[in-house]
Amino acid sequence: MENIYNAIKVSEHVYWVGAIDWTVRDFHGYTTPHGSTYNAYLVMAENITLIDTVKAPFLDEMMARIKSVVDPAKIKYIVSNHSEMDHSGCLPQAINLIKPEKVFASTVGAKTLKEHFHDISAIIPVKDGEVLSLGNMELRFMETRMIHWPDSMFSYLPADELLFSQDAFGMHLATLERFADEIPWATLEYEEATYYANIVLPYSPIVLKALQKLTATGWPIKIIAPDHGPIWRQDLDKILALYQKWATQMPEKKAVVVYATMWHSTEKMAEAIGEALAEAGIRVKLMSMNEFHRSEVVYEVLNAGALIVGSSTLNNNILPQMADVMTYLKGLKPANLIGAAFGSYGWSGEAVGDLQEILKAMKIEIVTEPVKVKNVPDEAVLLQCREMGKKVAAELKKRIGG
Amino acid sequence: MKKYVCGICGYVYDPAQGDPDNNVPKGTPFAELPADWTCPVCGAGKEEFTPE
Repeated sequence: MENIYNAIKVSEHVYWVGAIDWTVRDFHGYTTPHGSTYNAYLVMAENITLIDTVKAPFLDEMMARIKSVVDPAKIKYIVSNHSEMDHSGCLPQAINLIKPEKVFASTVGAKTLKEHFHDISAIIPVKDGEVLSLGNMELRFMETRMIHWPDSMFSYLPADELLFSQDAFGMHLATLERFADEIPWATLEYEEATYYANIVLPYSPIVLKALQKLTATGWPIKIIAPDHGPIWRQDLDKILALYQKWATQMPEKKAVVVYATMWHSTEKMAEAIGEALAEAGIRVKLMSMNEFHRSEVVYEVLNAGALIVGSSTLNNNILPQMADVMTYLKGLKPANLIGAAFGSYGWSGEAVGDLQEILKAMKIEIVTEPVKVKNVPDEAVLLQCREMGKKVAAELKKRIGG
Repeated sequence: MKKYVCGICGYVYDPAQGDPDNNVPKGTPFAELPADWTCPVCGAGKEEFTPE
């Protein structure tokens, strides 16, 4: 069969040779309704270099795209900027096919790759700030530990003023448009924010430092080539400003009410809280975990100032779909939030106290007493819920002004 | 007092700063951190740290 996959030229010396995954819907628990891409790049320097690879099942697609530019046997170096399986899964097979002279990764990356692929050939560790000669041009490395794994690093190609940023500035979006400027901004901003919230958020303080470090390098950057989604060759200042904003985690006048309900009692409470918040001028998002996915919740929490959580009690416990989202949120460490808990129960009612404990463990400041009701909330209880909404609104305004 | 670096993520524990977010007051030497103290950045245990 004739090859259907071609490389796409990114800059004078660089080609995109990645893979498009139109059908992936679950990324270790992060829902990806619009698929993704695994980006690999070919640098046509004197010493031809492949930057990152793709998820294991997409080896053939990557190899075909490489072949559309050059005989893969001519590739001299492979650089792994990030050892997670979606970028390294086919690395051992690629090494066998290409037989490169050398394979490079960060110091932690070299160890991690060995732990992933036990019999992989030796990976040469490169240090932060190290420069690799590609013959007629050079490649510079910058460690970006914990953005978003300990092994993560950026590679910079001064010849094309191009930054290979691995997962930073990437998004899960499958498109045949290879450049961000070919895609509507609203789509980009939504997908980028969703990616940031689900992947990068816990490391926000490190992101702020990394942005400073990147500025301090003085590298002129015309193109940012991430490992997922489209390539940035316009609006670089806009995408960097968004990262700065999300990493700062400045709360907005917005509350997210997340709940799970058995017979709509907890839901009724959520609605009363939400109505009161909105009347007080707060943007509100009500999210029932019976319907919403955890990844959608963290997207909404990214710019929120308050997180109010509710659950019915099932068998002396939080409803499992609520425990799911709380575990997920706790790991993603959203900062600068205030909160409260509520819920209905049939006999014992542990869920509300359990939720409060989780909020505390998340360092979320609880600004009002919980509201609990046995069975269906009556008018008095719904009034308490409205009071909760009002109180959270007032506290939020006090903290952020207006 | 000596600073200690996390071997996983590169976080530096500075005794002069302590780790106020995790109730470790300023001036706490690394050796006196509780056994269950973990890196505030990546969650690695004390055994991952080496002197800077």
